[in-house]
Amino acid sequence: MGEKVLMKGAEAIAESAIRAGCMAFFGYPITPQNETPEYFSRRMPQVGRVFLQAESEVAAINMVYGAACTGTRVITTSSSPGISLMQEGFSYIANSHVPCVVVNVMRGGPGLGDIAPAQADYNQATKGGGHGDYHSIVLAPHTVQEAVDLIYLAFDLADKYRMMVVMLMDGLMGQMMEPVEFPEWVDVKNRKPPEWATVGQGDRKERNIITSLEILAEGLEKMDLALQEKYKKVKENEPRCEEYMMEDAEYAITAFGTVARISKTVVDMAREKGIKLGLIRPITVWPFPFSTIEKRIEQIKFFFDVEMNEGQMLIDVKLGVNGRKPVYYYGRLGGVVPTAEEILKELEKKIGGAK
Amino acid sequence: MKTVHKIPQAFTDRPTTYCPGCPHGIAHRLIAELLDEMGLTRKTVIAWPVGCSVFGYYFIGTDAVEAAHGRACAMATGIKRAHPESFVMTYQGDGDLASIGIAETIHAAARGERITVVYVNNGNYGMTGGQMAPTTLLGQVTTTSPYGRDAKANGFPLKVPEMLAAIDGPAYIARAALDSPKHILQAKRFLKKAFTAQIKDLGFSLVELISSCPTNWKMDPVESLERIKNEVLPIFPIGELKVVEGVK
Repeated sequence: MGEKVLMKGAEAIAESAIRAGCMAFFGYPITPQNETPEYFSRRMPQVGRVFLQAESEVAAINMVYGAACTGTRVITTSSSPGISLMQEGFSYIANSHVPCVVVNVMRGGPGLGDIAPAQADYNQATKGGGHGDYHSIVLAPHTVQEAVDLIYLAFDLADKYRMMVVMLMDGLMGQMMEPVEFPEWVDVKNRKPPEWATVGQGDRKERNIITSLEILAEGLEKMDLALQEKYKKVKENEPRCEEYMMEDAEYAITAFGTVARISKTVVDMAREKGIKLGLIRPITVWPFPFSTIEKRIEQIKFFFDVEMNEGQMLIDVKLGVNGRKPVYYYGRLGGVVPTAEEILKELEKKIGGAK
Repeated sequence: MKTVHKIPQAFTDRPTTYCPGCPHGIAHRLIAELLDEMGLTRKTVIAWPVGCSVFGYYFIGTDAVEAAHGRACAMATGIKRAHPESFVMTYQGDGDLASIGIAETIHAAARGERITVVYVNNGNYGMTGGQMAPTTLLGQVTTTSPYGRDAKANGFPLKVPEMLAAIDGPAYIARAALDSPKHILQAKRFLKKAFTAQIKDLGFSLVELISSCPTNWKMDPVESLERIKNEVLPIFPIGELKVVEGVK
């Protein structure tokens, strides 16, 4: 800890990953996140670590998969179309129980879309994305400082559960400059490959095999259930959520990432007008913080879900509310970032209607 | 008494599950013998492919990872970069390496990645039932080239070592065949050089092993070996295509 430095989000997450003990980066250029690999390419050699620009996102994630099999801390960063290409690897990583961190700086889609900030990969990130019954832990920072802190958490959670952790960001957070303070460097000097790592058998009694393959259905079912058992623990222990002005709130915005940041302004503006508005901001969008919704269900007249997509987290909010209160939605698509004024205007329409 | 034959220690006790007459067992044996002889078994990680040898880690007893189809070179890259002390190799068939995994292979070679690739070419997709591969010969009948591979429709057999020998990253590139004792002994010599290239930190190394597929070729094992000699080797000639200084 110590002094604050002014840094771009895209560079701050790279520096944070290095300080958190990330030993290898594999990735492929894509806008709007190129500052992150560029920063890694400068810094990793300085600290004697690996930076490798792969020939594609497909190769990059499989390099990550390979490095993860050695138990080291490894990261890739990309943006929506590149993340789509990585889905096969994510699925293999999940069923192989290896740890890694993936940053998705989301842009407008579908297809080539645009390079403006968007949140339309929520479903892909939180519901699996690749084939099979699996999940990744998904963290959604709303400030550069939070992104820096969550990178540390991402590596810790990845190691703790031996699974992939996704940082779901967008181009706005990547480009934004904010003063940040970095946590202490993680000491990597004496780190050894964990007992399960495939680095050569050495003195180990048994050799290690990392595979997602089990040809017998009953055997694979056992593996699948073991995964689900792990996810159960994650769902019990790891949901994180920030509540802003929720103590006396009568209305609640639900939002994550960039829109959640804007929504704090919406709450402040509403409060000045005497509207008792609060914000529920999931920090882990998977596991989704259902208990926070549950805690507030009685006091809230309606929930107002705001996203930069067609209403993807909306489904989870509705699951949490389960029909007990109205859930409205407002969103912008294609990389358009809504203003606080327009969100408040839409919210006030609903309040008018609710009277 | 002098031991003239023993099972390599790098082998597990598990009998292979390949079809009768399939040379995968021979390729495995050559690798296992070399791992023993070069003292590599406990340093080695093998990235296995998707294909007939998908369960290769049942038979060769080293640390192992099971790669996605075509991704073994990328995965091996990740392992080697993260843990350079390991001896890292891939074992891949022609569908896995030359079709879906050709980008990963070429770029691993171009980077001079310190990994060793054993590339087994039997001219078709064996595990999925004998479909046409990039290596299928012109005129060859497979389940997806029922009238024979036609150059206009399906292009030409892909010669991977020739392609890789043309780029600067590889330290050792060779093609051997598993059709006769003489060629098998030569294959072992080539593989040893490929292993040496990695141990000496000289660059990427690959040995193609021309193999047969009696089941899908619908031939008995002897006929299939004859076919290698008469039909395959004229198109895929054996020999060393690239040997940098320092590889012995």
